[in-house]
Amino acid sequence: MIDEKDIAEFIYREAELLDTMQWQAWLDLFHPEGRYWMPLEWQQQDPVLQPSLMYEDLLLLKVRVERLAGERTFSQKPKSRCHHLLQSPRIVACVPEAGVFKARTSYIYTETRGDMLERYSGWASHDLVQVGDALKIRLKRVDLVNFDAPFGNIQLFM
Amino acid sequence: MKKYGENAEAIAALVREAEVHRDVYVDPEIFELEMEHLFPNSWIYVGHASQLAKPGDFITANIGRQPVMASRHSDGSIHVFYNRCPHKGVKIASEPCGNTGKFFRCPYHAWSFKTDGSLLAIPLKKGYEGTGFGDTQANEGLSKVKNVVIYRDFIFARLSVSGVSFEDYFGESLSTIDNMVDRSPEGKLAVQATPIRYMHTCNWKMLVENQTDTCHPMVAHESSAGTAVKVWKREQGDSTETPMAVQLYGPFMSPYEFYEQSGIRIWPNGHGHTGVANSIHSNYQDVSGYLDQMVAAYGEQRAHEILGEVRHNTVYFPNIMVKGAVQILRNFIPIAVDKTLVESWVYRLVGAPDKLYERALMYNRFINAPTSIVGHDDLEMYERAQEGLKSNGNQWVNLRRLYDGHEEQDVTAVINGTSERQMRNQFHAWAKFMTMDMGKRIEAAE
Repeated sequence: MIDEKDIAEFIYREAELLDTMQWQAWLDLFHPEGRYWMPLEWQQQDPVLQPSLMYEDLLLLKVRVERLAGERTFSQKPKSRCHHLLQSPRIVACVPEAGVFKARTSYIYTETRGDMLERYSGWASHDLVQVGDALKIRLKRVDLVNFDAPFGNIQLFM
Repeated sequence: MKKYGENAEAIAALVREAEVHRDVYVDPEIFELEMEHLFPNSWIYVGHASQLAKPGDFITANIGRQPVMASRHSDGSIHVFYNRCPHKGVKIASEPCGNTGKFFRCPYHAWSFKTDGSLLAIPLKKGYEGTGFGDTQANEGLSKVKNVVIYRDFIFARLSVSGVSFEDYFGESLSTIDNMVDRSPEGKLAVQATPIRYMHTCNWKMLVENQTDTCHPMVAHESSAGTAVKVWKREQGDSTETPMAVQLYGPFMSPYEFYEQSGIRIWPNGHGHTGVANSIHSNYQDVSGYLDQMVAAYGEQRAHEILGEVRHNTVYFPNIMVKGAVQILRNFIPIAVDKTLVESWVYRLVGAPDKLYERALMYNRFINAPTSIVGHDDLEMYERAQEGLKSNGNQWVNLRRLYDGHEEQDVTAVINGTSERQMRNQFHAWAKFMTMDMGKRIEAAE
């Protein structure tokens, strides 16, 4: 039976996979219908008819991951690295009988490349579903505190 | 020591027939002169009338370095002012947009202004009695930008009091804006989305040039568009429907021949567009119901004419690009010689199916966002150019592709789509608008 501790562990594990650049293992955390969403508006409700920074399905996430290792991916020469500093996830819902698992996690994200270091703050909302014994990401929503700021390249995943 | 200030000859010498000197991208003095001469002498995009739907609505913008604002007055008219209080110079509006109600009020001493900019009230007004205040510029209220033209809801302004008229400046190039607006069955566009903002550590002109550079997509974007096509081919399985995402990414990988044949059209004053015969936007899947709406609104023939015009990127010199087929305008806002803020706006086609708006928003985040992998490809190249141009090995940037030895300037022509002529066209206009008021100043001083 999945409990609140499992949800938190899942979220820490996800961040660890990103920080250690285990991209394929990270993709494997997604449900086939999973989405990664970065809204561009405050308390945004609609990822389709409102503007977003990212709203990607598994196909597009695979493109990103494959691109990171591409021979002609010049924006990854040198490569980027990232670091997630997470607060304890707040479990918003954990109802195994209904298959509902939701958490919200406050974090600071650092992305670095060459001599550049950029820092972002925000909240990650995870909507998870149970597939077999495992949890999978149905939706990972990333709300930056300054979503409306003009950023330089954000190349990895928050 | 100033090398270029008020020296029209030295500035003109930076632009040769098919080469430009690196100082146009890297010299801080040239950037200052662009802010002082080029931007005020040009017609600059301020915003869209749909952002000013109700009386009291306002937007803020910059023309070059100068803060301006536009507002909707109670009688429905739109006005553009310098965004400064006539008293101590405090910025009146600090947000990108909002509604001020019946009047603007300066937050420092509560001077207030009607939404047409005229002075409404000053606290303790009697303190100005007998001071000659009535004869000062401050008494007129917010300083107005006098040369403002609203063309099919696109608000343009020219800060210089004298210069080229709006009609002479844009001429036939306005056909791209016409086409974008005509794509709405109601002939109307609306801004409903906040723009995607992207900070570029490079000179603003690199972005403008890139809009008609058709020899880079298949090279620089192999990493993004190329990978998207590759992954789709591998993963599609039995699926026959091409997702919208792949439709948007795929055409970037078209071969040189495709871009050669699609053509470039140039216009006077530095304007021009890629995608004359066809473009990367030619083959998007039809959106159900849209053609019927267009035929009902415009008739069979006109509807097909409008939708058959699939221009790729239209550069409106100096600093916007319009993409009519996906309703996007990119504004390349100069911040410093090596810093440019890009704002990418999406317009909604009023009365058209949601799917078209969805596609436009999707295109914008796929191609124009700081989280866009296509954007990463481009920005990497601009940053490397900004670094590389420091090299003294060769101080000239080569723009000679399909140059035939002599080119007429300020003409309309359709040319091979891989030509660098539109870039040459832009630099001719650059030199012209940089120096057009310098001669006069020199004369006046003599």
